[in-house]
Amino acid sequence: MPIHDQGYRHYAGRRRPPGTAWWVIARQQIRTVLSQKRYLILLLMAWVPFVGRVVQIYLAANFQQASFLATSAQLFRGFLEQQGLFVFLLIVGSSGAIADDRRANALQVYLSKPLTRVEYIAGKLFAPLAFVLGVTLLPALLLLVVHVAFSGSLTFVVQNLYLLPAIVLYSVALALVGTFTMVALSSLSKSRRFTALTFTGLFFFTTAMYTALSRITGSRLWALVSPRDLLSVIGDAAFRVPGQRALPLWTALLGVTVIVALSILVLERRIRGVEVVK
Amino acid sequence: MQPVVELQHVTVRYGARTALQDVSATFPTGAVGLLGPNGAGKSTMLRALLGFVPPTEGQMSVLGLDVAKSPLAVRARIGYMPETDGHIPGMTAVSFVAFCGELAGLPRADAMQRAHEVLFYVGLGEARYRNLETYSTGMKQRIKLAQALVHDPELLFLDEPTNGMDPKGREEMLVLIADIARNKGLNVILSSHLLPDVEYTCDHVIVLDKGAVATQGRIEGLKGPGGSLVELRFKGEPAPFLAALAGAGFQAHDAADDIMRVFVPVGHDPQAIFALASTHRIQVRHFRPSVETLEDVFAKAMGEV
Repeated sequence: MPIHDQGYRHYAGRRRPPGTAWWVIARQQIRTVLSQKRYLILLLMAWVPFVGRVVQIYLAANFQQASFLATSAQLFRGFLEQQGLFVFLLIVGSSGAIADDRRANALQVYLSKPLTRVEYIAGKLFAPLAFVLGVTLLPALLLLVVHVAFSGSLTFVVQNLYLLPAIVLYSVALALVGTFTMVALSSLSKSRRFTALTFTGLFFFTTAMYTALSRITGSRLWALVSPRDLLSVIGDAAFRVPGQRALPLWTALLGVTVIVALSILVLERRIRGVEVVK
Repeated sequence: MQPVVELQHVTVRYGARTALQDVSATFPTGAVGLLGPNGAGKSTMLRALLGFVPPTEGQMSVLGLDVAKSPLAVRARIGYMPETDGHIPGMTAVSFVAFCGELAGLPRADAMQRAHEVLFYVGLGEARYRNLETYSTGMKQRIKLAQALVHDPELLFLDEPTNGMDPKGREEMLVLIADIARNKGLNVILSSHLLPDVEYTCDHVIVLDKGAVATQGRIEGLKGPGGSLVELRFKGEPAPFLAALAGAGFQAHDAADDIMRVFVPVGHDPQAIFALASTHRIQVRHFRPSVETLEDVFAKAMGEV
């Protein structure tokens, strides 16, 4: 019987080209998340409102008695707003993205491999981004498909063509602001709990600050300090919700861009193979 | 033969503090020890070679590649075992090492197969399905070596690989490193402040002190040319005796208290030391052959002798 060689052997197989390590990190992140029962339950719960809306569309399309449930373009805006709670919980759940690596000194392990800092950050962003889009963009687009399927015509979609870009814009803005902010905050600490608390604090504090400052000064421009209200402006504008908005759409988009840019700046400074204390 | 690593006038600064000052060094193939007291700049040099810390001046090349121009290509060909613990939380040893292999560019199945092989090689075969957070200090050192080896690098950077290990574990780790360097054909740069570790595993040494190269070369060469070393314990006035020894062609160092080490060059008779001692009324109480150790080289380089 041959004896299996348990000594060191050289590797002569193929190697992946550089630039693909981000996917290795992303896949590992997704696997870690999906192995946690509470996260899995949260993801499943996040699809319950979708099922509710499907039932609504089905009833409205097939039963005259249920005509009061008739769908409008605002159903999609309402649905995405409803998903806000799940988005918040999913993002808070990813608070350990970089904090855990910092706690375990893993950055030096990652960055001693042939991967760039951009790849590392992209890998860490991918999982929360995918999960958030998986409970916003994906079910919202599916609702459109369901509507076409149950009504048997494209009339609704053709009459509300703006819905497609509106769903994409609002979902992507929501996902980008949430995940970039959380991952940047995660890079500032070694504690996922502290990161989660900071994110929650920022979320509620900025909203309260906007409310207080706008009442004191009478100016709604203070919405610029509140990411939640910036997103609300983008949502209202994209879904053509009637009424006056706190800010013009372009200002809200600029605000969101600034938040993402600041997060990138923080990540650029914090993701290093070695922590330099000057 | 092309050097494995070459540094030319490299200066690294952390803010106002200079960690490496105009360092020029050549690391030949094989095992090279990077020796120096704590804070000498050993870890900084490794981190600079990895591209973690860009030098303010100078050029570095690893395996013929410019570190500044091709950091990814350099890192694809080296394995780094960091000084401090580093792992990915929540992973078992085998999944961690396989993950590191994938990060280094190995396909998933190959990375997993290599992870098993390497874990057996470093002596963690039986513990490979355990969570890393349950590992002892010695096991953590081994897992760091495994993750550095998994992608079969051409060059290994080992930063204080025996830190925190018990004597038995330390010996096993040194045997592993010596095997890697001598039998497996990998180049090794071993950074350590422990002289026996370097002496056991390496053929060459580069001694760093206060961010500069104090000495470098083959360990055998640095220990001095042919000849022998004797250690003697004596009673009497050492100064005239030392002068007489020097005059007769011996190299003598007055060590602590009443102990002296005398280098006897080729062609000289050690018996002559007794005659000189007698002439200068020195009582020789103990006389025994000694060998020059890396400790002597280190002490000389540090200016302690």
